[in-house]
Amino acid sequence: MLAAIGALLALGLLIGGGLGLAAYYLRVEGNPIAGEIEDMLPGSNCGQCGFLGCADAANALADHKAEVTLCPPGGRDLATALADKLGVEADLSSMKDTGPMIAFVFEDLCIGCTKCSKRCPTDAIVGASKQIHGVVDDACTGCEKCADVCPTGAIAMRKESTTIQTWHWPKPELALAS
Amino acid sequence: MRLFKIKGGIHPDGRKELAENEKIEQMPLPTLMRIPLKQHTGAPANPIVAKGDMVKKGQVMALSRGAVSATIHAPTSGRIIAIGRFVAPHASGLPEPTITLRPDGEDEWDTLPPPLDPFETDPDTLANRIAEAGVVGLGGAAFPAAVKLNLRNRTELHTLIINAAECEPYITCDDRLMRERAEEIIDGVAIICHTIGVKKALIGVEKNKPEAIKALKKQVAKQDRYDIKVIEVPTRYPTGFAKHLVQILTGLEVPARALTAEVGVIVHNVATTFAIQQAVRFGRPLISRIVTVSGEMITRKGNFEVPIGTPISHIIEHCGGFIDEPEKLLLGGSMMGDPVSSTRAPIIKGSNGILALGRKETSQKPIMPCIRCTSCVAACPCGLMPYEMAARIKADELESAVDIGLRDCIACGSCSFVCPANIPLVQYFNYAKGSLTAKQRAAHKQEETKRLVQFHDERMEKIKKEKQAAMARMKAERAAKKRLKEHEEAAKAKTATPEEASSAPKSEKVRAEA
Repeated sequence: MLAAIGALLALGLLIGGGLGLAAYYLRVEGNPIAGEIEDMLPGSNCGQCGFLGCADAANALADHKAEVTLCPPGGRDLATALADKLGVEADLSSMKDTGPMIAFVFEDLCIGCTKCSKRCPTDAIVGASKQIHGVVDDACTGCEKCADVCPTGAIAMRKESTTIQTWHWPKPELALAS
Repeated sequence: MRLFKIKGGIHPDGRKELAENEKIEQMPLPTLMRIPLKQHTGAPANPIVAKGDMVKKGQVMALSRGAVSATIHAPTSGRIIAIGRFVAPHASGLPEPTITLRPDGEDEWDTLPPPLDPFETDPDTLANRIAEAGVVGLGGAAFPAAVKLNLRNRTELHTLIINAAECEPYITCDDRLMRERAEEIIDGVAIICHTIGVKKALIGVEKNKPEAIKALKKQVAKQDRYDIKVIEVPTRYPTGFAKHLVQILTGLEVPARALTAEVGVIVHNVATTFAIQQAVRFGRPLISRIVTVSGEMITRKGNFEVPIGTPISHIIEHCGGFIDEPEKLLLGGSMMGDPVSSTRAPIIKGSNGILALGRKETSQKPIMPCIRCTSCVAACPCGLMPYEMAARIKADELESAVDIGLRDCIACGSCSFVCPANIPLVQYFNYAKGSLTAKQRAAHKQEETKRLVQFHDERMEKIKKEKQAAMARMKAERAAKKRLKEHEEAAKAKTATPEEASSAPKSEKVRAEA
């Protein structure tokens, strides 16, 4: 009887102590999934989600403090991917996905104030002071920062146009005869 | 010679009798020609002419750009009336950068580079000449020929294989070329052998072209410089795929997603061989190609030498138009051809045929559920399981379709052809491959975005630091100036007259008080 109690007590102390030590020394800083989520986000730190950049949004997502539909540039694809990652149901109904958008400068409205090019997080807008600005489509992430600051409303967001290089066959429509 | 077997394959109705006995005929010039800048695998060519320029036949209009690209020449003499975007001969029907040329009807040649004696010229010069002539693979993929020839510098080569299988139904352009221009072709084979430094060449021709085989054999017998053999291969689709032909002829299996050069073999299409010979012997660039016009709905079937850039509508018109509205209008063969999105689109270097197919030839049957009969597995020449891949793609499990070999699919369409349930298998694979590429592109863009953001942030940080440093410097300078001024004033005071000097401390005192 005593031997059994003693043995179990010793075992309990040993294992409990071990776990306690492990919790102290092998502690993981932050939520490990946050890093993975950050890799999935566009990374342009545009702030449309209301957080301070993508890393902040990733932390909030990892703590389930934010909706997976928070990222407009990422669109529906990102929302579904995030829902898969976090194991939650994504409510996509509220999300209007227009597909990838890119900025476009109306040349007759642009006054060359360089406000947009200064704001662009990916340096996708080229042009100097008093010169018409242009958008490098490949570098634009559609974060809309430029459109927000343009004093003449010369920047509009447009759907990325399909080219021969980006076009692919659609999924075959199945009319299954049963 | 012993032939090796490949897995799978199908025996579609060849339908070559429609056009195989029609001699190659010169297509008259159209009123407008559209020459796309990207007719080949790789980067689009860089235009060096401007709107309004007069060009002569064979003059360079756009230069090859980058490692894999091809030069583009004027198909006839005339005036360039536009350089802009125009509908491309592509299933999407999307526009592509294109030069529009209005022929002047003179068809006047530009001064061509001097003819070369291939066997007295070093391989580099020959490869350069072939690159300058804009020769690309005429079998369909339009891979720049010179790039392939230059693989000799990277790997040890032992055999040249000339792909003359022409396994696509209806298409007879290579057949006619071999019957009518065998001498030039064999000369071309010898030129390629010399360029890549191999002694042995095998010409693989399907058995359904006995006259072409006869013509080639006659020419081969006339030369003894290289060990060239004409080999009859079984008539079976898709024998004409480079990797499959290599396996049939040599028994060497090319690894997945590798070049045939990795097993020491270079494959060139027979029409490419002809174009190479023309470029070397006569300095003629690739500005026309043989196109088969066939199908039961076209009035006149035949094989035509068509200048690159001729609109499809012009060819159809020249052939007397349609007997009846075709069920399908294809660019290429009936197995792998793309639907023609617009007949205004031009013929480019890789177009081998125009098919106007009738209802009898297309057979649209209702799609039934898959019963796992595995006919497609037996037919797949790449050893894949098409029914399983299609099931996974249908369920949007694209990545898992890749796990079972989606990337090794050559989109030959054999599976769709044999499927008793009429499931559009190859269409699923084309969709999945495109969709995966789009995903990869998006992932790449995301990576690039992160790099750009980092770069931007670093630059901003640097500017901020520089500003701070500049401000600190200005402050320091101001302080130094002030000190200097004080110093000077002090010195002035000392060197001044004693009366003033005696008053100087006073004045300083006053200032200090102030």
